[in-house]
Amino acid sequence: MSFLDIDNVTKSYGNVEVLHRVDIDVQEGEFLVLVGPSGCGKSTLLNMIAGLENITGGNISINGRVVNDVHPSKRNIAMVFQSYALYPNMTVGQNMTFGMEMHGIPKPERDRKLADVAKLLQIENLLDRKPGQLSGGQRQRVAMGRALVRDPDVFLFDEPLSNLDAKLRVDMRTEIKKLHQKLGTTIVYVTHDQIEALTLSTRIAVMNKGYVQQLGTAKEVYDDPANMFVASFMGSPSMNLIPAKIVEDNGALAAEITDASGRPVRLRLSRDGAGVRAHLERRVILGIRPEAITDAEGADRRASNLQVLGNDVAVTEPAGSDTFVTMTLSGKDCIARMRADAEARAGAHFDFTVNMDKAVLFDPETEERIDR
Amino acid sequence: MAIATQDTAVRTGRITRTFIYVVLIFFALFYLLPFFIMVINSVKPLSEITSGNMLALPQDPTFAPWASAWSTAQIGVEATGLKPYFLNSILMVVPAVAISTALGALNGYILTKWRFRGDTILFGLMLFSCFIPFQIVLIPMARILGELGLSGSLPGLILVHVVYGIGFSTLYFRNYYAAFPTELVKSAMIDGAGFFRIFWRIMLPVSGPIAVVCIIWQFTNIWNDFLFGVSFAGLSAQPMTVALNNLVQSSTGVKEYNVHFAGAILAALPTLFVYIVAGRYFVRGLMAGSVKG
Ligand SMILES: Nc1ncnc2c1ncn2[C@@H]1O[C@H](COP(=O)(O)OP(=O)(O)OP(=O)(O)O)[C@@H](O)[C@H]1O
Ligand SMILES: [Mg+2]
Repeated sequence: MSFLDIDNVTKSYGNVEVLHRVDIDVQEGEFLVLVGPSGCGKSTLLNMIAGLENITGGNISINGRVVNDVHPSKRNIAMVFQSYALYPNMTVGQNMTFGMEMHGIPKPERDRKLADVAKLLQIENLLDRKPGQLSGGQRQRVAMGRALVRDPDVFLFDEPLSNLDAKLRVDMRTEIKKLHQKLGTTIVYVTHDQIEALTLSTRIAVMNKGYVQQLGTAKEVYDDPANMFVASFMGSPSMNLIPAKIVEDNGALAAEITDASGRPVRLRLSRDGAGVRAHLERRVILGIRPEAITDAEGADRRASNLQVLGNDVAVTEPAGSDTFVTMTLSGKDCIARMRADAEARAGAHFDFTVNMDKAVLFDPETEERIDR
Repeated sequence: MAIATQDTAVRTGRITRTFIYVVLIFFALFYLLPFFIMVINSVKPLSEITSGNMLALPQDPTFAPWASAWSTAQIGVEATGLKPYFLNSILMVVPAVAISTALGALNGYILTKWRFRGDTILFGLMLFSCFIPFQIVLIPMARILGELGLSGSLPGLILVHVVYGIGFSTLYFRNYYAAFPTELVKSAMIDGAGFFRIFWRIMLPVSGPIAVVCIIWQFTNIWNDFLFGVSFAGLSAQPMTVALNNLVQSSTGVKEYNVHFAGAILAALPTLFVYIVAGRYFVRGLMAGSVKG
């Protein structure tokens, strides 16, 4: 029995269905991240867990209790909003204790909890200020504090970091992760930032157009994407998706692509199960992460299938720790992520090393994986 | 070349500015002059007005006309002065403003934060009351007051003003609350606050600016209303405006212009007072609705 059970949940506005049969089980203490592009239904799902939107079909249960018809305040959840939603007329302290006051918790206990949480978040010196007198980062902390004092079963976060500047966002990200490790509470966290999703989550639900595309750990979603949407959404720069053809080459299966000058190149595949074999002599999409294409020195020593691919370099972009090298494969731009001092020069020929263990194959029509 | 253009820019700036000031001063005088005439004539003995120039300053200033207008002047058949009617107006305007503002705030809260099917249509219908001319509702209103047994009474008049005021007060509060982040309401719901608690603890504390706008608007309109007063108020419930009219109309003998002027100023004082006290917030409140933050 899972702690938070989202069981075949659908949501419609009028006769437009915006969430289709979402089915997610969250274990106690998990950090589930809902990630996806704008408008995919992340907030809607979160609001349904909170009880702010009603459920068109299916069930949501928290801690063994179906909460479909339970008022938000009785679900024992706490939510942190994107805009923080701090009450402007109350001080930080009043903001944080308002929920407890509404639940009839006596003043001494409220004060004790407030002091505990304020200490935890290091906002003791802000308790008498109004939200208007706080910086963005401080507001963010207060909003989290307001959720923390409630001791909820589940924390819900709706893009809590998207209003912060880049540096603060990274700091707060680490802080949220630390907090989760310390408190071990169950968290559902919405973001459209795939890096946040990868760094924070214990599991990720990648959503698109109201469907959960894939549910899995960061590693599963990143290394083993279920379809082309997940492959291109997760990761930055995103996975190279190269049109290819499956061919037989000396008894093994290979993906045939063309290099910058249009000559065919064959890359032997590591996985050649029935799904791949069924596509023999047919068009597929070959997906390779930028970091799986390197120079010979930068290649993963433990890989079992490294293939050399000679090609012309179109552009090199040094980016501090890495150098991004762009080339053309099968008529598409393809990015390789190399060591900073890799030798690739724009306009010159270069021998790339491709880690085919990491390559994945998709059906171009259905966009689903064929080599799993 | 560059210097020349800059020069022209400065010069046109100055010319425009001068023009604006001239226009502003002209209109200020245009509006102040009648008030000035009323004030100087209200402190003259009647003889100075009838014998001479209305624009001349008083030779022999006296507050007798004010005293007379307030407590002894003939209003209709009785010589009570405006005092009892002033009281009527206060007794009418205070509850009417309070109730219509409170209901407007509640309506605005519901129409923006507790949306329901057909809420925009309902709001549209409520807006009608802002534009329907007074005359159209006179007869139905008289009928309803009759049914309720409130004809001619002060509570009846209050009811009329409340009903008529709700349209505007709802409009003000709805537009103000529309800019108020709904996430705050959601957050309060999760915190366990109910419908009225959210209204009282979250919405009302930040409604000051729009409440001031609404109160000034309702106060001026209700205080200055003549038609409803003359139509629905019995003799004992007549408001100030109706009494002022009776004062000016009813003098059987000589027309005591100085008393009329004093009475007119008395009738205008409360609205003036409200503007002076709350005018600053009025402008601020009008801005707050449109520019968020
Ligand atoms: N009240 C509503 N009526 C009709 N459609 C709605 C309503 N609220 C949301 N939607 C639709 O539901 C879909 C999901 O919206 P939602 O707010 O959950 O997206 P999101 O994934 O949170 O996006 P974002 O990242 O932009 O916040 C959108 O297509 C949106 O247009
Ligand atoms: Mg959203």
